[in-house]
Amino acid sequence: MSSAHTKTEHGHTDHNYLNHGSGIWSWMTTLDHKRIGLMYFATVATLFLIGGFFALGIRLHLAKFGTTPLLDPDTYNKFMTFHGAIMVFMVIIPGIPAFLGNFVLPIQLGAKDVAFPRLNLASYYIFIAGALIAASSMIFNQVDTGWTFYTPYSTAKTSNGVILLVLGAFTMGFSSILTGLNFIVTTHKLRAPGMTMDRIPLMIWALYSTSIIQILATPILAITLLLIGAEKTLGVGIFDPDLGGDPVLFQHFFWFYSHPAVYIMILPAMGVISELITAFSKKTIFGYRAIAYSSVAIAAVSFLVWGHHMFVSGQSTIAGIVFSIITMFVGVPTAIKLFNWISTMYRGTVTFEAPMLFALGFMFLFTIGGLTGVFLASTGMDVHFHDTYFVVAHFHYVMVGGTLMALMGGIFYWFPKMFGKMTSDLGGRISWVLIFTGFNVTFFPQFVLGAMGMPRRYFDYLPEYTNLNQISTVGSWLIGLGFLVGLITIIHGILKGEKATDNPWGAKTLEWQTSSPPPHENFTTTPTVTAGPYDFR
Amino acid sequence: MTSVSSSSEFHHQHHFKSAEHQYASSKQGIWLFLCTEILMFGGLFVGYLIYHSLYPTVFKNGSETLDWKMGAVNTVVLLVSSFTMAAAINYVQRGLHKIAAIMLALTIACAGAFMVIKYFEYSHKFHVGTVPGKFSLVDPSCAAGGKRAECESKISALLKNPAELEKNHVSAEEVARLKAVISQPKWEMFYGFYFVMTGLHGVHVVAGAFLIFWVFIKTLRRKVGPEYYTPVEGVGLFWHVVDLVWIYLFPLLYLVG
Ligand code: HEM
Ligand SMILES: [Cu+2]
Repeated sequence: MSSAHTKTEHGHTDHNYLNHGSGIWSWMTTLDHKRIGLMYFATVATLFLIGGFFALGIRLHLAKFGTTPLLDPDTYNKFMTFHGAIMVFMVIIPGIPAFLGNFVLPIQLGAKDVAFPRLNLASYYIFIAGALIAASSMIFNQVDTGWTFYTPYSTAKTSNGVILLVLGAFTMGFSSILTGLNFIVTTHKLRAPGMTMDRIPLMIWALYSTSIIQILATPILAITLLLIGAEKTLGVGIFDPDLGGDPVLFQHFFWFYSHPAVYIMILPAMGVISELITAFSKKTIFGYRAIAYSSVAIAAVSFLVWGHHMFVSGQSTIAGIVFSIITMFVGVPTAIKLFNWISTMYRGTVTFEAPMLFALGFMFLFTIGGLTGVFLASTGMDVHFHDTYFVVAHFHYVMVGGTLMALMGGIFYWFPKMFGKMTSDLGGRISWVLIFTGFNVTFFPQFVLGAMGMPRRYFDYLPEYTNLNQISTVGSWLIGLGFLVGLITIIHGILKGEKATDNPWGAKTLEWQTSSPPPHENFTTTPTVTAGPYDFR
Repeated sequence: MTSVSSSSEFHHQHHFKSAEHQYASSKQGIWLFLCTEILMFGGLFVGYLIYHSLYPTVFKNGSETLDWKMGAVNTVVLLVSSFTMAAAINYVQRGLHKIAAIMLALTIACAGAFMVIKYFEYSHKFHVGTVPGKFSLVDPSCAAGGKRAECESKISALLKNPAELEKNHVSAEEVARLKAVISQPKWEMFYGFYFVMTGLHGVHVVAGAFLIFWVFIKTLRRKVGPEYYTPVEGVGLFWHVVDLVWIYLFPLLYLVG
C-alpha cells in the first residue's frame, strides 16, 4: 500500500466530510448532502434486501407446479405485493436520485451543498417515516392487492392494511417531491462561476429532468392515494362502481403518475451511464446536447403515454391508437442516447473495469427491455401479452436491468470519491458476471412463458410451464448471489480498501477535481469552470 | 445593489453568495412547492368535472342542498385573511413588528372563523344524513343489493318526522331539496366529492394557521424584519394558494347547478 505517497500528494485530505463530525448523532443530524446520500444508501440497501427476500420466496414457490408447502395462495399474493411495493416505492424510485444524486449533484455543479440542506435532511426522515408506515402493514394487516392497488378490489374488498401501505407511499411521495424541488433550485441557483447550463454534466441533466417529473407527477399520485384512503375510511365511492364511481378513473390517475414514474427510475440511470461511458472510453461524449435534451424530451413525452397500460380496460379504440403511437415516440430520444453512447465508445480508449461492465450490461439489458416495450405498445399484441409473464420480463429488464445495473455501476464508480478507498475490481467483476448471467437466466424464459400464455400474479401454473419456471428460479439464485458478492465487495472496500487518489479513473467532471473523500464544503476554493464537462480529446 | 447581508441580525447560509441569492433560491423553492399543491387539488377538480358530466342532476340537486350563504361568508372571511396576510408581509418588510403581529393574529382568527363555520356546515350534514358513503343514512351495501328503495326509506322517514326535523333545524324548503337529492341514483357521489374536497382544503387551512402561528412567533421575537422576511412571505404565498383553492371550490360546489 502506498499510503505514505498519497499523504504527501493530498496534504489537505486528513479533514474530510466523513470525519468532519463524529458519532452517530452527527450523522443523524447532518445537513451535508454527501452524508445524507450515504444514509439513503444504507436505507435503500436494507430495503432492497427485504424486497429481494420476498422475490426469492416467490420464485422458490414457483419452482414447482401444483401447490407447494412453501406459500399458500393468500401468502403468495402478499409476498408479491410487498416485493413489488418495496422495490418500486422504496428501492428503484429513491435509489439513484436520493442516493447517488444527493452525493454528486452539488459537487458536479461546484456548489457547497444543495439549496436547502435542512429540507434535504427532512425529506430523508419523511422517507423513513413513509417506509415505516408502509412496513407496519406487514405486521398489522397484510396487503394482497399488488403494488398497483387496483380498485375496486383495494377499496371495497380487501383488508384495511391498504390504508397503511397507501399512506406510506403517500409519505414517500412527499419526500420525493421535496428532493426534486431541492435539486431543481440547486441546479438553477448554485452552479459555480462559468458552469453554464450547457456545461453541466449529463448526470445533472438527467437528475434535473427527473426532478421535473417528480414535481409534476407525484401530486397526482398523492391525490389518488388519498382518495383510496378516503374510500376505505369514509366510503366516498369515487372509484367504487357499487357507489357510482369508476374504477377506470383510478387507472387513469394511477398511471398518469406511474408511467412518468418509470422515468423517475430510468432517467437518472441514463445519467449515470453517460458519465460512465465517457469516463471509461476516455473520450468526449458524442452529442452532449442531444443526450441532454433527450432527457428533457423523455420527461415531457412520459406524461402523454399512460393509456398504454389500459388497452384492455375498455378505453376507446381511438384513444388506444393515439396512446400507442405516442408511446412509440419515447423510443426516439432513448435511441438517441444509445447511439450517442455507442459513438462515444467508437475509437475511444475503452477499459473494462467493473463500473464499465455494469454500463455495458445496462445498454444490453435495457435495449431488450425497451424493444419488448414496443411489442407491448402495439395495441394488437398487447391484447395477447397483457398481464402475462411477458410483462413481468419486460419490466424487470427495464427496471432491474436498467436501473439496478446503473446503480451498481454508479456505486463502483463513485465509491472512491465517497470513501476515499478503492473497491476490489475483481469483486465488482464477479458480482457483475453473476448478476448479468443470473438476470438473463431468470427473466429471458419469462418472455417465452408470457408468449405461451402464462398469466402474471398467479400462484400456480399449468404443467407445461414447469421447465421454464425452474430455469427462472435457478437464475434468481444467481442474481441473489451476485448482489451478495457486490455487497461484500463494498463492505470490504469500506473497511480494507486501498487508498484512492483524487481521480482514480481520470474523469473530467468537477467531483474528481476535489479530494477523495471531499472536504465538508466539497471544495477548498470554489472552482471556476472554463470548458464543457468532458474535456478529453 | 447594496448588500443587505451586512445587517447585524441576519447572516445568509454558507452555501449562498449573498442574502439576495438565498432569497431568490428560497422563493423559487416555495413556488415549486405551490405548483405541487395546485396539481394535487387539480386531480380532484378533474375528477369533479368528470362526475359532474356523468351525473349532472345529482350534482345540481346536491349543490342546492348546500348553504350558499355560509359558503359566501366563508369566502369573505378568507378574502379578508388574504388581505391581512398581505398587509402583515408588508409591515414586516417595513420593520413594523407590532402591527405585523396584529395582522398575523387576525389572519389566524380568520382561519379559525372559517373552520368554525365549516364545523356548523359539516355537523348539519351529519344530522340530516347527507354524508358520504359509509356514514350516509342510505346504507351503500343495501343499495348495491338492489334494496335501494327500502334503504332510502330510512332517510325519508326522518324527513317525514316533523319533530326530528325541527330538532335538526331543517326547513320545509330544505326537505324538498333533500328529497330531490335522494330520489336520484348515486346521490352519495356529490357528497363524496364535497367532503373530500372541502376536507382536504380544511386540512390546508389548519396547516396554514399553524404556519402563520410560527411566523407570528418569529415576528414577535424579531427574527424576521426588513433584512430577512422569507418565511413570512413563503407562508403568505401558501395562504394565498389555500385561499385561491377556495375561490374555485365555492362556486363549483355551492353555486354551479
Ligand atoms: C432476484 C430478482 C427478482 C426476482 C426473482 C423477481 C421476481 C418477481 C416475480 C416472480 C414477480 C411476480 C410477477 C407476477 O406474478 O406478476 C415479481 C413482480 C415484481 N417485481 Fe420482481 N423480482 C426480482 C427483482 C426485482 C427488482 C429488483 C425489482 C424492482 C426494482 C422488482 C420489481 C417488481 C415489481 C414492481 C413487480 C410487480 C409486483 C406486482 O405485480 O404487484 N423485482 N418479481
Ligand atoms: Cu407505461
